[in-house]
Amino acid sequence: MGDDIKMAGQPLSRVDGKLKVTGAAKYAAEYIIPNLAYGVLASGAIARGRIKSIDTAAAEKAPGVIAIITHLNAPKPPGYFGGKESSDPRTEGGEYRVFYNDVILYSGQPVALAIADTFERARYAASLVKVQYVKEPPQTDMLSNMDKAVVPKESDPDYNRGDKNAFDNAAFTFEQEYQTQLQVHNPMEPHAAIAVWEGADAITVYNKTQSSPIAQEDIAKAWKLQKENVHIVSKFVGGAFGGASRVWPEEMAATIGAKKIGRPLKVVFNRDQLFNMVGYRPQSLQKIKLGADKDGKLIGIHHEAYGNTSTYEQFTANMTSLTQALYACDNVSTLYRLVPLDVSTPCWTRAPGEAPGSFALESALDELSYTLKIDPLELRKRNYAAQNPDTKQPWSTKFLNECYERGAAQFGWEKRNPQPRSTTNGNWLIGYGMATGIYGAWRAPSSARAVLNSDGTLVVQSATADVGVGTATIMSQIAADATGIPVEKIKFELGDSRLPPAIGQFGSLTTTSVGSAVNDACVALRQKAIEYLKKSQSSLQNTPVENFAFGDGKIKTKDDAVSISYADLLQQQHLPSIEVTVDSKGSEEADKYSSYSYNATFVEVGVHALTNQLKVNRVVSAIDAGKIMNKKTARSQVYGSVTWGIGMALTEESVIDDRYGRWMVKDLADYHVPVNADIPAIEVLFIDKSDDILTPIGAKGLGEIGIVGVAAAIANAVYHATGKRVRDLPITPDKLV
Amino acid sequence: MNEQEPFCPNESRRSFLKKSTVITAVALTPAAAINAANNHWDEHIAAAIENVSLSVEINGTRHTMDIDPRTSLLDLLRENLHLTGTKKGCDYGQCGACTVHVNGERVLSCLTLAATTDGSKVTTIEGLANGDELHPMQAAFIKHDGFQCGYCTPGQIMSAVACIREGHASSRDQIREYMSGNICRCGAYPNIVDAIEEVQKGGQKV
Ligand code: FES
Ligand code: FES
Repeated sequence: MGDDIKMAGQPLSRVDGKLKVTGAAKYAAEYIIPNLAYGVLASGAIARGRIKSIDTAAAEKAPGVIAIITHLNAPKPPGYFGGKESSDPRTEGGEYRVFYNDVILYSGQPVALAIADTFERARYAASLVKVQYVKEPPQTDMLSNMDKAVVPKESDPDYNRGDKNAFDNAAFTFEQEYQTQLQVHNPMEPHAAIAVWEGADAITVYNKTQSSPIAQEDIAKAWKLQKENVHIVSKFVGGAFGGASRVWPEEMAATIGAKKIGRPLKVVFNRDQLFNMVGYRPQSLQKIKLGADKDGKLIGIHHEAYGNTSTYEQFTANMTSLTQALYACDNVSTLYRLVPLDVSTPCWTRAPGEAPGSFALESALDELSYTLKIDPLELRKRNYAAQNPDTKQPWSTKFLNECYERGAAQFGWEKRNPQPRSTTNGNWLIGYGMATGIYGAWRAPSSARAVLNSDGTLVVQSATADVGVGTATIMSQIAADATGIPVEKIKFELGDSRLPPAIGQFGSLTTTSVGSAVNDACVALRQKAIEYLKKSQSSLQNTPVENFAFGDGKIKTKDDAVSISYADLLQQQHLPSIEVTVDSKGSEEADKYSSYSYNATFVEVGVHALTNQLKVNRVVSAIDAGKIMNKKTARSQVYGSVTWGIGMALTEESVIDDRYGRWMVKDLADYHVPVNADIPAIEVLFIDKSDDILTPIGAKGLGEIGIVGVAAAIANAVYHATGKRVRDLPITPDKLV
Repeated sequence: MNEQEPFCPNESRRSFLKKSTVITAVALTPAAAINAANNHWDEHIAAAIENVSLSVEINGTRHTMDIDPRTSLLDLLRENLHLTGTKKGCDYGQCGACTVHVNGERVLSCLTLAATTDGSKVTTIEGLANGDELHPMQAAFIKHDGFQCGYCTPGQIMSAVACIREGHASSRDQIREYMSGNICRCGAYPNIVDAIEEVQKGGQKV
């Protein structure tokens, strides 16, 4: 670590802020490519069956049309035909293949790509494509297809510790079912791709991705290309939330279409195509059984979860994992099943398993607290896990008690009248609710390169992404601390598959993994600089490394006898630059520990006594995510998570008409992403204590923890306000009647 | 298929009229007419006729051109003029990402046909700063971290400026209400309100 820790933690404004507020930041669809053609996808009108015929004659004749592509004439990516196996090892089964054959697997599936010289002409041509279908009745209702539930092929869908029959000895048992809705990522930037073939065996794709290395690998596999010949560029991503962590139909349609017409092609999705072509959070049905003694000590927990997937692929996001680690309880069993439906494959969505899983578990805990007449916060404290109750490993760090204490104090939890429907403010029933959140903290192998130039500037590179969290900013801060080079002289580059490979931006992994790699690369660079300095000054030959200090762009000895700027050092040595690339991964020591980020969310809601109108009045989110790298961007990230949690709890839901398998809610007028007026004051408290076991920079991961438990905290507050328990999300006024 | 377009979309009306002799010929000879149809000339001719002329001032520069009448102001900015600072979030008037000022008022450029802006003055995010000097709202958005991914940001900023000019920024609640046409999926709302409040209270001319 740097000797002068000053930048990490500082509320530095974003280094790319100016590009974003002036409109200069370029997103996937915005690259200016000569001779660019436009592709617009025509979506299928049925949810299951076959294409009987496609009439493209009128579309082909429309002005400006270059080609109309369907499964009948599409160039076939050779890697699409490599058998059933998906090119994506993170899912089981075969991925959906664009223009592969006449089979319709889900509603809105792309059936044709109209390509023209302008967007307007392509859009018009797409509207002229006429498709005849052979329809089959689709199955899209999860609850009426529970008999089709399958055991996911992923490892360990079932879990058991202790005695399954422990409930028999519990003074109190409690059992309930909970449901969560289809939640759609809906990033503001639509998914888009520009494909530019450079000859037959090399391609550049500008796309929206959370991982340029994954996109590179997927496209290389599909087209059977050398990986080095696939260049992915994705410098700015207009939000993703998990939905851009694999290659989707926009990339495949763009590469297929560009191949066909022999010129660069851009494909941008319409908003409605973002509802079921690029994944979503699957719907869930969960069953929780709790057993407790009279003091609230948990004797047994059983958590069962069912989520939907598609018929062609198994998407897993285990909603029960958190139940295995959150509370000290000897007897825990969990079960996870998938229900395949005639829908597109879901996708990772902010805290994929934990957000819905915590809604069920933390609602159930709240219900138990009323049965036992124990304060909900107190009940959680009585079941605090001092070590990982599953693996029995020690925590690397766990400051959940601090989250409880500080969060409760800030919120004023002690003022809560335990009686439901006891607090009012005019016509509003007021309720307080809280919940705990947990999210695994990991560090994945990642690489970074640090290049020090003779003008004293530092360039740090890694093929990670920034979907909005401020990656370049905090990486610059980490590099500044490690090298002593001022942050203004540091440039962090990301979003390009030609940079040193690194984990993508998902799983709350970027800071722990890439941040550590950046730190390690910069420490190695600093080491190299010391060697050059020793070479140039024989008096320093035997000076130990720890006697050097770094700051203000200089290397110094701690006694100040020698002080030289990096720029002068390189110039003296006639070096235009020095460079190191480091592959970095977690220590073996870290494997002995169990690491999680934690939070405690406290919410006040108001429910109108006459209309049941619901509003969140205030939120306190207390978070243990290790050391916080930038208090300004970190707070924003938690605002985002809480906003997502409010949407999940109260407003967001996509609805399918199960008679036809068609998505009824597929635009932003019907799908209610929270707007400014929906979001109250949110107070974010960071415990901000370093986890030095997991990472050299002390971070644990922040991207998802803020949403975990929020929906439950709101549901618990609604119960406290009204005395009505809503167990299926979203909580809309009709459910309170 | 045909990659070469005999009529380019921006071709002027006059050059089309010069070629109208083709139509006369088509009218006289059935064989030629069939031939013309087979070669899609009818469509090409129709496309050329349908273009409309537009003269609009964008960020202080006058642009005069012929455009496809279906072109939205948003697509005109992004695709024809490469002013990609204005964002397409939904194209259906539901998100606010495409907000620009037309004659000083905020409008959704995706719901505005470009042809209807003839003779108007349009300001986009690219035209808000004074050279290198950021507009106070842009600076406030950076200071208060009024964004994450940045995709809704140009629309938010254009709306925010209009919100103050309209007199709809007198309280936090009013700001929240009058900024609710601009969705931010990253959830930067509290910071956006902070930024607008500061600029409004600062009393600078926006
Ligand atoms: S793009 Fe115009 S309102 Fe969404
Ligand atoms: S900053 Fe990402 S949508 Fe607003």
